[in-house]
Amino acid sequence: MPGSPSDPYDVAVVGAGPAGLAAATTAADHGCATVLLDGAGGPGGQYWRSAPGTAGPGTDPTTDRAGPGRVLAGLLADLDRVDVRTRHEVWSIQAEPAGFVVRAQVDVAEIASRARTLVLAPGAHDRQLPFPGWDLPGVVAAGGLQALAKEHGVLPGRRVVVAGTGPFLLPVAGAVIARGGTVVAVAEAGDGTGWLRDPAVLMGTPGRVRDAVAYAAVLARHGVPFLRRTGVVEAVGDDCGVTAAVLARLDGAGRPDGGSRHTVDCDVVATGWGFTPRLDLPLGLGCATRADLDGSLVVAVTARQETSVPGCFAAGEATGVGGAELAVVEGRLAGLAAAIRLGNAPSDPPPARLLRRRRSLRRFAALMHAAHPVPPGWPAWLDERTTMCRCEEVSVADVDEAVTDLGVTDPRTVKLLTRCGMGWCQGRICGEPLARLVAARTSTPYDPMSMATRPVAVPLTLGALATGPS
Amino acid sequence: MLAATAPDRPTRAPDVVVVGAGIVGAACAFVAARAGLTVVVVDRGAVAGGTSGAGEGNLLVSDKLPGPELDLALLSARLWRDDLAPRLGPRLEYEAKGGLVVAATSEAAVALGKTTAAQRAAGVAVSDVAAADLPTVEPHLAPDLAGGAHYPADAQVQPIAATVLLLREARTLGARVLTATRVTGLLRAGDRVTGVRTPSGDLPAGAVVNAAGPWSGEVAALAGLDLPVRPRRGFVLVTAPLPHVVRHKVYTAAYVSDVASDDTALQSSAVVEETPAGTLLIGASRERVGFDRTPSVPVLRRLAAQAVGLFPVLATVPVLRTYLGFRPCSPDHLPLLGPDPRAPGLLHATGHEGAGIGLAPATGALVAQVLTGEEPALDLRPYRPERFAA
Amino acid sequence: MTESLSFDGTVVTFRPGQTIGAALLASGTRSWRTTRRNGRLRGLFCGIGVCFDCLLTVDGIPDQRACLVEARDGMQVRTQQGVGRAGLAV
Repeated sequence: MPGSPSDPYDVAVVGAGPAGLAAATTAADHGCATVLLDGAGGPGGQYWRSAPGTAGPGTDPTTDRAGPGRVLAGLLADLDRVDVRTRHEVWSIQAEPAGFVVRAQVDVAEIASRARTLVLAPGAHDRQLPFPGWDLPGVVAAGGLQALAKEHGVLPGRRVVVAGTGPFLLPVAGAVIARGGTVVAVAEAGDGTGWLRDPAVLMGTPGRVRDAVAYAAVLARHGVPFLRRTGVVEAVGDDCGVTAAVLARLDGAGRPDGGSRHTVDCDVVATGWGFTPRLDLPLGLGCATRADLDGSLVVAVTARQETSVPGCFAAGEATGVGGAELAVVEGRLAGLAAAIRLGNAPSDPPPARLLRRRRSLRRFAALMHAAHPVPPGWPAWLDERTTMCRCEEVSVADVDEAVTDLGVTDPRTVKLLTRCGMGWCQGRICGEPLARLVAARTSTPYDPMSMATRPVAVPLTLGALATGPS
Repeated sequence: MLAATAPDRPTRAPDVVVVGAGIVGAACAFVAARAGLTVVVVDRGAVAGGTSGAGEGNLLVSDKLPGPELDLALLSARLWRDDLAPRLGPRLEYEAKGGLVVAATSEAAVALGKTTAAQRAAGVAVSDVAAADLPTVEPHLAPDLAGGAHYPADAQVQPIAATVLLLREARTLGARVLTATRVTGLLRAGDRVTGVRTPSGDLPAGAVVNAAGPWSGEVAALAGLDLPVRPRRGFVLVTAPLPHVVRHKVYTAAYVSDVASDDTALQSSAVVEETPAGTLLIGASRERVGFDRTPSVPVLRRLAAQAVGLFPVLATVPVLRTYLGFRPCSPDHLPLLGPDPRAPGLLHATGHEGAGIGLAPATGALVAQVLTGEEPALDLRPYRPERFAA
Repeated sequence: MTESLSFDGTVVTFRPGQTIGAALLASGTRSWRTTRRNGRLRGLFCGIGVCFDCLLTVDGIPDQRACLVEARDGMQVRTQQGVGRAGLAV
């Protein structure tokens, strides 16, 4: 039985997004017995979602670019040699002498799958920054809005404000327009000049520039205001949900200019501040991390995508947010490195074109981070009653009480005292903002590791945990 | 004996440096400051960053057998209830919820009855519960248990809040708390300990209290002393928030013998209790693995299985989180408390194993009494720190 | 063929493959849960199964993420008040 202690896979790939698909198919191409696990019902991850029966997987309906669709289609066609396990939510991975054991929850049962080598491609999710009213129904993550639109053809409302920072805001706005919704405004906190710092990079990635131009044209055609140095500083509504958003001009540090506040009617606010990697599994294995340019904790990898844990490789957003194409390149390199380690491929240097493409896309990602930073002055738009932790309903006032009144200066102790980050999501949404807020309030350096470790990567029932395999 | 010094003369060397800003260090600092001593607390990490931040906040008399540990627990329980809970306020989340010990077999029930009789004679409030009455006391308990014992005086606090609040009280009485400050050496004058050394400079003091929990042995080693405090790892599972499902702290009778065991292999017994937030905390495991922080799936499975065995309805309840901590253990399972005759000026307040939260107030009181020359409320001989030296 | 589920007694139709969350939003419902401390309304937030805001009870089982669970014909979906599992309270 493949995956059992006596018959381990050669390679286990966790995460079936662009990086994981590329790693699994590459490993299988080299004759490795490969298993690919993902918690969702099908492959594609967050980047490549599509509604059943549409023009093509990953096709962007606003620009009709079939590029991503072709790549995804190619990878999916190669999957027949991979053991694909969907609806497998991996809650823990342990290193053993002979390799790794991947533990996943499937419905209410638990399975264990063993492999000699491991590729982690867990992806990322939208970074959020709390603001007054962000816990009203109708305020959604930008990525959540896009998932609803692309995969289910549904919009959570008709009048949408898209806000935050980063090139991702554009396709989100495009998705709304494509489904007949109105984008009231796109509020970008950055000023756009950061892109000009390294024009050679843009020339090396013309596809990105074309994308941006295409989206900008769509917005212009529909009269959507694209407001730079602007943010949503408050969502207003009744108990049923959002009815309006308050926009304000932001200075270079992200602090709002109170005099510029103006209100627009809307029933959806979609926010995103870039993406933050999902590190539960790499941290659980003890992989070394580093701080990326956007302040995110990411997995440190060698040129061959190997982590500090021998035989464990990582690819995609987890090694540094950089988009789907970079994820595919890293995935191919990781799958190849695993095959080499197993002796299924000669240990030649990786293909030069892959290395060139990775270098070029990483430079693009660096430029993107520089152009769309998390504005350090964001706490200025918080008020006392703003919810910091949605799950446990902990307010900014509660956090400030711990810091000011009780003299607690580190985020972990603030968490344990206020319960901020101790609810269902275990700080995935509020952990980073909490660590940033505590750093700002105490004038200490932001420490992303303080809120990052989660030995239980997805909730599993006591019954499943009790009766699971060794 | 130390004379009390005025708290508004910060340039003088403090009367006491407390090493460790966990619950025991915080209690020592608070009581000493209240007695008029100038106190500085130092910790290489954050407040409650060690064992105190990895437990459950239990204040138990139920798991103590008559003798020195029970004496300490009874004194401490009174101090929590009558002195600290009113003073520290509702943020402490002091809950006199009571404890219920259950026996799975008739042999265990008989043994439990003997234990409760001895505890009752020593002043513990406890009533035996017949098997048929268990569902009235805890409706969701498994139906096939052999009997139990109810301890109304068992209570719970939020342990991080307790530590933080005690230190805040200490600071309002003039104490200073220096976190992220590692003690790299002890200052000596001959045999005498005269302060601590830190990366930011020397800190002379009239006395030093070693309240460094499982790391107390490292602190003692700075004075060339062997203090046999060893870590005993424990995991806790935390569930999703639930409605009020478990009324007491509930644990199986095997818990007491596990605590007293010297076995280095895994000891585990079912411990289930609720928190004010609605989550359940599930323990308890004990292993000697040094300071290994790698989660152990077999241990987690055992804890889950034991919890479901005790409360079958929990089978469908999700686990959101697990955390681990290291209990500071001494060879005879009693704390090491009091002055170290091998190094005058050095006192130890450590080795509380899994009972540190509960025993902290009495520890603080006794340490402060030693520091001010008052007669200690308990005979300190059973806890003398040098008792293991050859 | 139209498929439908029951949400708090009301019929909600959906396209095969849609999640419960998508189906509810398409029908104009944007909240299906109340928080346990302050009783505030919540619906979908992150949309990808990370935030656990969108919990509701499906066929008697609480704490299901509406953004992940695929809608099926005949499902009984209910608003989750507070922690769900109210029946366990002693």
